[in-house]
Amino acid sequence: MLEIKGLTASIGDKPILKGVDLTVPPGEVHAIMGPNGAGKSTLGYVLSGREDYTVTSGTVTFNGIDLLALEPEQRAATGAFLAFQAPVELPGVNNANFLRTALNAIRRAHGESELDAVQFLKLARAETKRLHMPDDMLKRNVNVGFSGGEKKRNEVLQMAILRPKLAILDETDSGLDIDALKIVADGVNALRGPEFSALVITHHQRLLDYLVPHRVHVLANGRILRSGGPELAKELEKNGYAGMIAEAA
Amino acid sequence: MSTGATGFLQRYEGLAGRLPGDSALRSAAAAAFKASGLPGGTQQRRIEAWKYTSLRSVAEAKFQPDTAPRHEVETVLAGLMLLDAPRIVFADGVLRSDLSVMPPTGFARFADQPDFGTLSWPDREPMVALNTMLAQDGAALHVPAGFDAGIVQLVSIATGEGDFHPRHSIRLAKGAMMTVVEISAGQGRYLLNTVTEIHVAEGAHLTHIRLQDEAVTAFHISTTYAGIETGGTYDSFTLNLGARLSRTEVHAQLSGAGAIVHLNAAQILTGSQHADFTTVVGHAAPGCSSRQTVKNVLNGRSRGVFQGKIEVARIAQKTDGYQMNQALLLSPDAEIDCKPELEIFADDVKCSHGATVGELDPDQMFYLRSRGIPDAEARSILVRAFLAEALGAVADETIRNRLETAVGQWWERQKA
Repeated sequence: MLEIKGLTASIGDKPILKGVDLTVPPGEVHAIMGPNGAGKSTLGYVLSGREDYTVTSGTVTFNGIDLLALEPEQRAATGAFLAFQAPVELPGVNNANFLRTALNAIRRAHGESELDAVQFLKLARAETKRLHMPDDMLKRNVNVGFSGGEKKRNEVLQMAILRPKLAILDETDSGLDIDALKIVADGVNALRGPEFSALVITHHQRLLDYLVPHRVHVLANGRILRSGGPELAKELEKNGYAGMIAEAA
Repeated sequence: MSTGATGFLQRYEGLAGRLPGDSALRSAAAAAFKASGLPGGTQQRRIEAWKYTSLRSVAEAKFQPDTAPRHEVETVLAGLMLLDAPRIVFADGVLRSDLSVMPPTGFARFADQPDFGTLSWPDREPMVALNTMLAQDGAALHVPAGFDAGIVQLVSIATGEGDFHPRHSIRLAKGAMMTVVEISAGQGRYLLNTVTEIHVAEGAHLTHIRLQDEAVTAFHISTTYAGIETGGTYDSFTLNLGARLSRTEVHAQLSGAGAIVHLNAAQILTGSQHADFTTVVGHAAPGCSSRQTVKNVLNGRSRGVFQGKIEVARIAQKTDGYQMNQALLLSPDAEIDCKPELEIFADDVKCSHGATVGELDPDQMFYLRSRGIPDAEARSILVRAFLAEALGAVADETIRNRLETAVGQWWERQKA
């Protein structure tokens, strides 16, 4: 269970989140929609512990753990995972080594034994196959020379291997064609279960056709404006955000 | 016993007549050293080539080379993870046949057959003058025409508080090949001041890998003169990890058409370590190429220096010269000094140089940490990625793995 209460955050002197209240029960997928500049990406970064943002008030707990008190790597160890809107390139870092280091770091944090290179490659190859990704994605440097779609698929691959309990997808659908969109949706759908929650940050309703959420929240000007069922996404697609924002004001 | 230049000169006087080789050459070197002193030492005169590196700490140290051989030599040697190849081991500046595995042919010892070579300049280089004055031992490796000598390891282990001045020479005849892996390590507050002369004849290929992993209390000075003839290649890579102060100076002269030289290096420093990589590449014939990629990883209050001079003679048309110096500063107190110099007299040449200085990328750090990788491990991953390009220049996989292991061990030592 992810519980966000009265969360305010700023970058420099500029307040971005102005009191966000949100609960994602275990087993549920929630979507966050909203116009540009609403604070959607900030919410994702604040949840995963990016230093550029200052939390000024409020609390965030995940399964009872105070996330805001933890370093980014400790948050990952609790099961939180942020799929980046713009995945970072790591020249000179082999993708398979990167994934194995991450998986073993998390396993270590849980007191589990580490996987050796052979065990890991077996697991990774099974996941690339399941996600219809070429094996050579593992051999390349992390995101270097990847197309936009390949970068997003690599995020999904990381998610599949790290098996988070809370996935935060920051506009993972942006710039993707329909096939890539399905891969992203399938990647999340495959993790669905009673212990898994997801927060899907998106601009458009299209991803939600494949990744049907339990709840949809509209974030505008740093606050949750409205919440509803999947039908809320359809309504936004038809009428846009402007009317709703004007109505709330 | 006196310190500084006086101390070294007194020792030379004391050894007069007992040192091997050309005594006139030695006394000329002694006169040159007396005039120059140690760069940055007690004398006030500035030497431009030593602008960023002062040997004041060397001048103030007291070296006592006469101490008995120590058992630490075996301990240090055991920790070196040497390759399965011939190894020539010098301990405290003296050949130790008992610890060596000699190459089948082509080896001579300086103490038996002193050879000062023809390329060095004791009158211009104070530390070369010091070496010429006091050199007692060293290795001469000779590869006959068309022969591939494989890998030969040249190992220096120093202990205690002595000063050692090995004199090496490496000669590859026409079409010959060899890989020299030079490893230096030790324990104590010593000075290793090596001079190496290299001749690569027509079409010959010398790969020269250096792993400098000296005690962090030691001083390491190494001066190399290389002459490369038509179509020959001198491909070198230097990894500087140890020593309180190190200077790796290479003078490479491309004297025949189409000759190639690579002077690549990586320096990884912490604490108050100082490492200086200085090169002078002379393009004296047409169509030669030189490549220098020097990467510095600087932590703590450490200081890295790169001075790279490329001289292109009028005759050296179609020269291809490339020089890149990159520094990754892991601490706000670390410092890099970089001085590229191009001196070009030919008109049809391609010469480029560049320098970058940066810190670890916060976006990359956050990306790694958000995947559960702890801060220290994330830093290590990014530093190794930064070094990967430099180490990638080492073609032999076994040797490259050995260097990567050395970097890994260095990193582990920092955590301890």
